[in-house]
Amino acid sequence: MFLAALSICASAAVMAAVLPRRPRVVVSAALGALGCLLASGVALRILLTGETLAFHTSQVLPVTGFSLTIDPLGAWFILVSSFVGAAACVFNVGYAKGAMASRSALSMFMLFIVTLLAVPAASSVMTLMFFWEMMALSSWLLILTDQTRHPDARSAALWYGAMTQAGAASILLGLLVMTSHGGGQSFADVSAHSLALSGVTRSFAFVLVLLGFASKAGAVPLHVWLPKAHPEAPSPVSALMSSSMVAMGVYGIIRVGEDLLHGGTVWWWIAVALLGVVSALYGALHATTSTDLKRLLAYSTVDIIGLVLIGVGAAGALADNAQPVIAHLAMTAALMLVLAHAAFKGALFLAAGAIERATGTRNLDLLGGLIHSMPVTALVVVISAGAIMAVPTLSGFSSEWLLLQGLLHGFRVASTPTVIVMLLGVIALALTGGLTAVAFVKAFGIGFLGQARSTGAATARETSTSMRVAMGWLTIPSVVIGVVPGLFVPLLNRASSSALNASVVSPLTRDTGVVVSKLGGAIEPAALLVGLVAVMALLWAFTQSLTQRRARRVDAWGCGRELQTPRMQYTATSFAEPLQRVFADVLRPQADVEVTHVAESRYYEQSLMYENRIVDVLEARGYRPLIAVTMRLGRQARRLQNGSINRYLAFGFVALLVVLVVVG
Amino acid sequence: MTLAIVPVGGVVASLIQLVLVALGGPLLVGLMAKVKARAEGRVGAPIGQPLRDLRKLLTKERLHARHASVVLALAPMVIVASAVVAVAISPLVSTHPLLGSSADILVIVYLLLTGSAAAALGGLDTGTAFGGMGSSRAMTIGALAEPALLVAVIALSIQSGTSNLPRIMVDTLAHPDWVLAPSRLLALGALLIVVIAETGRIPVDNPATHLELTMVHEAMILEYAGPELAMVTLGEAMRLGLLFSLVANLFLPWGIATHATALSLLGATASLIAKTVLVALGVALIEVRSAKLRLFRLPELLAGGFVLSVLAVVTGLVTR
Repeated sequence: MFLAALSICASAAVMAAVLPRRPRVVVSAALGALGCLLASGVALRILLTGETLAFHTSQVLPVTGFSLTIDPLGAWFILVSSFVGAAACVFNVGYAKGAMASRSALSMFMLFIVTLLAVPAASSVMTLMFFWEMMALSSWLLILTDQTRHPDARSAALWYGAMTQAGAASILLGLLVMTSHGGGQSFADVSAHSLALSGVTRSFAFVLVLLGFASKAGAVPLHVWLPKAHPEAPSPVSALMSSSMVAMGVYGIIRVGEDLLHGGTVWWWIAVALLGVVSALYGALHATTSTDLKRLLAYSTVDIIGLVLIGVGAAGALADNAQPVIAHLAMTAALMLVLAHAAFKGALFLAAGAIERATGTRNLDLLGGLIHSMPVTALVVVISAGAIMAVPTLSGFSSEWLLLQGLLHGFRVASTPTVIVMLLGVIALALTGGLTAVAFVKAFGIGFLGQARSTGAATARETSTSMRVAMGWLTIPSVVIGVVPGLFVPLLNRASSSALNASVVSPLTRDTGVVVSKLGGAIEPAALLVGLVAVMALLWAFTQSLTQRRARRVDAWGCGRELQTPRMQYTATSFAEPLQRVFADVLRPQADVEVTHVAESRYYEQSLMYENRIVDVLEARGYRPLIAVTMRLGRQARRLQNGSINRYLAFGFVALLVVLVVVG
Repeated sequence: MTLAIVPVGGVVASLIQLVLVALGGPLLVGLMAKVKARAEGRVGAPIGQPLRDLRKLLTKERLHARHASVVLALAPMVIVASAVVAVAISPLVSTHPLLGSSADILVIVYLLLTGSAAAALGGLDTGTAFGGMGSSRAMTIGALAEPALLVAVIALSIQSGTSNLPRIMVDTLAHPDWVLAPSRLLALGALLIVVIAETGRIPVDNPATHLELTMVHEAMILEYAGPELAMVTLGEAMRLGLLFSLVANLFLPWGIATHATALSLLGATASLIAKTVLVALGVALIEVRSAKLRLFRLPELLAGGFVLSVLAVVTGLVTR
């Protein structure tokens, strides 16, 4: 069945490459969505029954063959990818115009979806690396789709390509170290032999693999490519990259650390959680000050993945502290957050694409008033932003509550280093909660409310039906996980047991809400929702019972002036300015003020230009010098080449001598 | 130990809490204004003035700004609804209110955050400079204050090992020596700062000002009028009542009803009123004795509150 799903998606890629323009978009989208839904079904069945699917053939890849195995952990991530994949396919029907409707872009898009479904199923080193590299390659090409409209795409693709290749090399090296002590390269063999490796070797391998996967997940400081590449890609691609491709990094860390290396030692997981803490804070902070909508969303991905890594790290550390039950709780929280994030971030990226199509810009400073012209998109953004802000009864809240339960109960039982890192996790959770609220109140409030700040925003129209359907589809999990998180408890229990390689009696019991039994703690979001809705209905009925049902429209207060222009409104930049000042030490904002005076007198100003820029400090201080050094070395190495055949012969001779000396 | 929800007793307790906070919140605002006036040598308005203002607002015309959307009308409802649900499930009068098992730290904090976010969106919806300014400032203060609130309450949860507020109170009743634990005192300091920030009192915000340079909350709600302004004001007063009484109960839970008998509920009501009035008087005295801080000096105060709350958690973990 799963192979059928993969081949339907793959056939979508073929169709996209051969069909003429008109049917190409629709047929490939229909096939892709069908394949994704089928994959969702397979994943759900595995999560419900707990069985494992395995498939091996030696026909496809030479020498090593091709092996796929889906256990509940993999199934959870396949569910994530396929759910978002289906939405992205449907969205693309309305979205694909121009470059995105070309043969190459469409078939790369479908191929990207295939690899996202296949990576969590791969069960040998070669199969994993094959799909991993296909995933990187197809998404890399997709970033370059529309270079005329996105001139920054080229530089973004360069960053992404460099980072993802370095990461893949690191992962491959780590996996090779693991297989170095004999045994085969299938995951079962690696897992069976890995305990025979020395502790140092295993730690070395884990660090290498962690670096690679963490850079894919966008963990700070390996995140620099993410806020560049995710915004520049076409929106359905950004949605997939931000919701499922980053999740693959998380999947890799869990698979290698918990499954192949059997949990390792505590400090591995402390390192993972620390990466999470730094990412959460750094991402949230940059998200609050970003004015480009998609860049804001990309930084918020860094933030949420940070929270996921805190959960994964806490789970691993607690498991090594011999606390399997609480470890299970933390892992469950992390996995739930992965699904919740995939849905709301996917929906938000699609909405950003819809906005870009409708207004021609994704700069929040130029938007405004879109709720009047794009009410459906506005509703999608409200629900998804509410979920990300952890509004009770939406999905982000249920997941963050579970995470907090895991950390709080971990406090009581773990050893000191673990407790310290979990304390940092709680602090990060609290701080990012406040910052995320600012970021998304800004994104919705500036983008959709008030008056239009540009003609593009003023003339915007609602998006096409397929795009609305896709966005609506992705808001379903935000509501369902939020209101009845209990529905997901059995699935999560299976996935989490499979992730930690331990079958414990789960502390989570299912009600309509979630109850952490024995540990004391429960939420009943459905009842809270009933309460909230009832009070709001009463208040609405009250306003309707007044003699005056409809409010009279009047001009807003303008300090006695008649004139109120849209330019007087707060913009995204000014909205975040207080926080930018508060965190100036971390963000290092740069501001330029340029005053042009009137020719006659210096006391009068003709024009004033103010520019505010926030550059990623880690990029400017960490990566730029590294690049400069590399470039300098490259230029010096070029001097070796002068075109003279004699010199090259001399090089060859010297090299031969060196080899002879070394070998001899 | 499970928290048995006694349906009838729970419903009665929640209703008492709702009435107490809905009426008491505005009265607390009036009381604090009165204390401030007296301390400044003025007579001041009667304590019941905020309630009279609410009644007056309800009879006024409904006005909406020209460019506003449906958000302007929805925001006050969300503010009131989130406050009502938070009040109903919090352990104020009884340790077994309706849905007390869901009265988690995170639920209360994020319900309050939802209300703040709704208010900020309402401010932005008018499309004016004032609304944006108020929203931006209020969200900045909230972004720094809510984390401190969360961490401070987590500090209280360490000893009893649960994030469920009623259980924290029940456990505190059983262990009176916890009250003077260093971590609790640190958390109390942090909570006081947070409560002042969240309720918009001096030195964070001045509820009596309408000066562009200084106003925060008043700027955000500048475009509200009539019944909708009444809702916003009531919601804010309820948040104030909830925060004051939660702080009082978290540190001195004595008097709260652990059984749903009429007598104990009555006693709990009286003790809650007494405790909350004490907190209000304390905050009013702080207001009288301090000047409003510049907006950009606020982060220092709020960061101080956050550091205190983190210290409280660390002390709690060390001395556990």
